[in-house]
Amino acid sequence: MTAKNESRRSFLKAGLSLSAGAALGAAALSGRADSMDAPSEKIKLVTADGRVIEVEKYDLSIDDRNPASIEKSHYGLPGRKFVMVIDLAKCKNARKCVEKCQEGHYLPADHEWLNIYLLKDSPESAPYWFPRPCFQCDNPLCVSVCPVGATFKRTDGIVLVDTDRCIGCKFCMTGCPYSARVFHWHEPEVEVPEGTVYSPETAYPAEEGTVGKCVFCADLLRKNELPRCVVACPEGVIYFGDLNEDTVSNGVETMVFSELIKNRSGYRYHEDLGTRPSVYYLPPVDRLYEVEEGFSLHAENPEILERYKNTETYKKYFGDGNK
Amino acid sequence: MEINNTLTIDGAIKEFAPQIEKTSPLGWSWIAFLSVLVLFGFYGLYTQIAEGHIVTGMRDNVVWGIYIVNFIFFMGVSYAGALISGTLHLFRSEWRKPVIRMAEWITIISLLIGPLYILLCIGRLDKLHNIALFGRIQSPITWDVIAISTDIVGCIIFLYMALLRDFAHLRDYPELKVPKWKKKLYYYFALKYHDTPEQRKKLNRTVDIMAAMVIAIAIIVYSVLAWIFSVTLQPGWHSTIFGPYFVIAAVYSGTAVLIVSMYLFRKVYKLEHVITELHFKNMGIILLVLGAFFGYFTFSEYLTKWYGSQKNDELLISILFDKYYWEFVISNYIGVLLPLIIIGIPKFRTIKSITFTSLVVILALWLNRYLIVVPTLESPYLPIQDSRSAWVDYGGTWVEWSLTLGGIAGFMLLFTLASKLVPIVQLSALVKKDKSEENRKSE
Repeated sequence: MTAKNESRRSFLKAGLSLSAGAALGAAALSGRADSMDAPSEKIKLVTADGRVIEVEKYDLSIDDRNPASIEKSHYGLPGRKFVMVIDLAKCKNARKCVEKCQEGHYLPADHEWLNIYLLKDSPESAPYWFPRPCFQCDNPLCVSVCPVGATFKRTDGIVLVDTDRCIGCKFCMTGCPYSARVFHWHEPEVEVPEGTVYSPETAYPAEEGTVGKCVFCADLLRKNELPRCVVACPEGVIYFGDLNEDTVSNGVETMVFSELIKNRSGYRYHEDLGTRPSVYYLPPVDRLYEVEEGFSLHAENPEILERYKNTETYKKYFGDGNK
Repeated sequence: MEINNTLTIDGAIKEFAPQIEKTSPLGWSWIAFLSVLVLFGFYGLYTQIAEGHIVTGMRDNVVWGIYIVNFIFFMGVSYAGALISGTLHLFRSEWRKPVIRMAEWITIISLLIGPLYILLCIGRLDKLHNIALFGRIQSPITWDVIAISTDIVGCIIFLYMALLRDFAHLRDYPELKVPKWKKKLYYYFALKYHDTPEQRKKLNRTVDIMAAMVIAIAIIVYSVLAWIFSVTLQPGWHSTIFGPYFVIAAVYSGTAVLIVSMYLFRKVYKLEHVITELHFKNMGIILLVLGAFFGYFTFSEYLTKWYGSQKNDELLISILFDKYYWEFVISNYIGVLLPLIIIGIPKFRTIKSITFTSLVVILALWLNRYLIVVPTLESPYLPIQDSRSAWVDYGGTWVEWSLTLGGIAGFMLLFTLASKLVPIVQLSALVKKDKSEENRKSE
C-alpha cells in the first residue's frame, strides 16, 4: 500500500493541472453551473521517512465520522480515472462482496447495490455468475436525465448521487440500462453510528424516497484503500485500479490493466449501448468452479436460491417445479 | 344544423339558466358520490405520504406504474380541447359551437389532474423546489415541467377568452337566479367586456391566435412527454415514432372522452335540440380517422419490433403476447377495430353505438399506456434476478387504485361543478351570427 500511497501523492500535483482540463469537459457534460475547481489549501507535512510533502488541508479532516462534504464529493480525486475488472472465470456466487457492501454502506436488507446475476448467453453456451456493480459509465444516461443534478459524474470517473438534492423521480432508474440503481421505498431500517454526517461518497445515512447505487467506495478511495467488494471477495474476482496508472489489483495480485484486457479478451457489458462503462469483464473461460456451486453454497438460505428460480440452470439443478 | 339562428342572447340565457340556477337532488347526490371517491383518493394519498412508497406496487424493477399511466392518460385527454376546439375553431366549422365549451373544460380539468400523478411518483415531494433551484435544462423532466406549465397557462387563457363573452352576458342578465357570489364572479370575470365592435374585434383576434398557439403547445407537450420514455435506452421505449404516436393516441382518447361527455351532458341537461345526432356523427368520424391513424402507428411500432427483433425486443414482445395477452387484444385490436367497424359502417352509426365505442376506446387507450410503461420495465437488459421474489411482479395496490379512482372522480366532479358555473354550451355561440364574424369567414 505504501508504494501506492507515494504514487498517489505525486499524482496529486500532476493531477491538479490535469483535472482542470477534465473539469471543463465534466462541467459541460454534467451541466453544473458551479465551478469545478477543487477548493485547495495546502499544508506541508513531514512523512515518517523524513520527506516533506504537500497535502490538501481538506484531506486531513476526512475520517469515518466526517467524510467528504457534499461539495467536496463533487470533485474527483485529481488525476485519477478508476476502473474495475471482473473476472467471470472465478466467480462462484459466494456473495461475500454483497455482504461487505451492505455492511460497509449501511444498506437496508432490501436495498442492494451489488447484484449477482446468473447469465446464459445462448441456449448452447454455459451459464456463469455475473456480479454487477454500478458501471460508472463515461456517458451516463442517469446523469443526463436527472432534472436537478442530484447525480453527477466526477473527473475520476465515479458517478455519485447527492441524496440531499435527489427528489426521487426515479428517471435515472429507467435511464440506467443495467438496473444498477435502487430506491429507498421505505424508511431505511439500518442503524448508522450516531453522529455520522451524510456524504455522497459514503451514501449513508440514507433517506427514504431517494435513489441509491454503488459508489465504487469513493470514501475508501479517498483514503487510498480498495473498495469493499474487492477486498471481501475470497476468490479475488474483482480487480480495481486506475486507468491512468494502467494498473489494477484485487488486493492480492496486481496486474497491468491493458495487458489483462488484451490477453484475456476483456469486454464491457453491452458495449453497443454507448454508455462507455468503467467496468470490464473477463470472459468465463477455464473456470475454477462449477456454476452449481453458486447454489450449493447457499443451500441454507432458500431466500437467495429463490432469486434464481426463473433461470434454466436453477430448474435443471433443482428439478422442474418442485422446490 | 339545428342551431336556431334567430335565438337572442336573452332567450339563450333563459333557456340554459336552469343548468346553473338549481341542482336536482340527483345532481347533489352525484356530487356527493364523487366527493366521497375523491376523499377516498385523499386517504390513499395520506397513506402513501405517511408510510412511504412501499405501499404502492412499484419496486426497483417496475419503478413507474399506474401513476405514470394515469399521467399519460389524463395528459392525453387534455388534448380533446386543444386539438378539437382549436382546429375546429380555425376551420370555422359551424357545428362545433355547442361542444367546444365541453372540449375546453376537458382540457383544463385533465391538465390540472394529470400532473398530480407525476407528483405521486416522486419520492421526496418536500424537495420538489429543487427543480426550480437546480433545474437542468438537459433533463426531459425539465422540458416537461416547462411544457406542461406553458400548456396549462395557454389553455386557461384560451378557455377564458371563450368564457368572457358568456360572463358578460350572464352579468348583464338581471333575472338570473343565482347566489350573490356567483353574480360577483361573473361581474369580475367579465372584465368590463361590453361587446363593443372594438372589443369584439380584439377578442376574436386573440381567440384566433390562442387557438393556433394551443394546438402547437399541445403537440409539443405530448411529444416531450413521449420523449421522457424514448430518450432512454429501454427496449420498447427507445423508439423514434413515440412523439407522433403519443400525439395521435392523445387526440384519440381526448375525442372519445369528449363524445362520452357530450352524451352525458346531453342526457342530464336535456340538450337534445342543441347537441344532435350530427354532432355525434361528426365527432365519430373524427374518432374513426384518429383510430385508423392510431392503429397504423401501433402496427408500425410493434411490427418492426416483432419482425426483426433484438434479444430484448423479443423478450418484450413475448411478455406482451403472453402475460398481457388480453390487455394487448383489447387495447391494440379492439381499440382500433371497433371504431372502424361501428363508425365506419353507416348503418351502425347511432348516438348510442358511437358513445359505446368511445367508452371502449377510453379503456383501450388506458391499457395501451399501461402496456407501454409496465412490460418494458419488466424486460430490462439484465434479467430480473437477485431481487426479492415478492418484489418482482408489479400490480397496483389499493393505494394506487384509490388515487386512480380519486383522479377520475375528481375529473368528473370538477366537470360537473364547471357546468354549474357557466352553461355547458357556449351561449354567445348559439345566438345569431354577427356581422363581423360573417365577414371574417369570407376573408
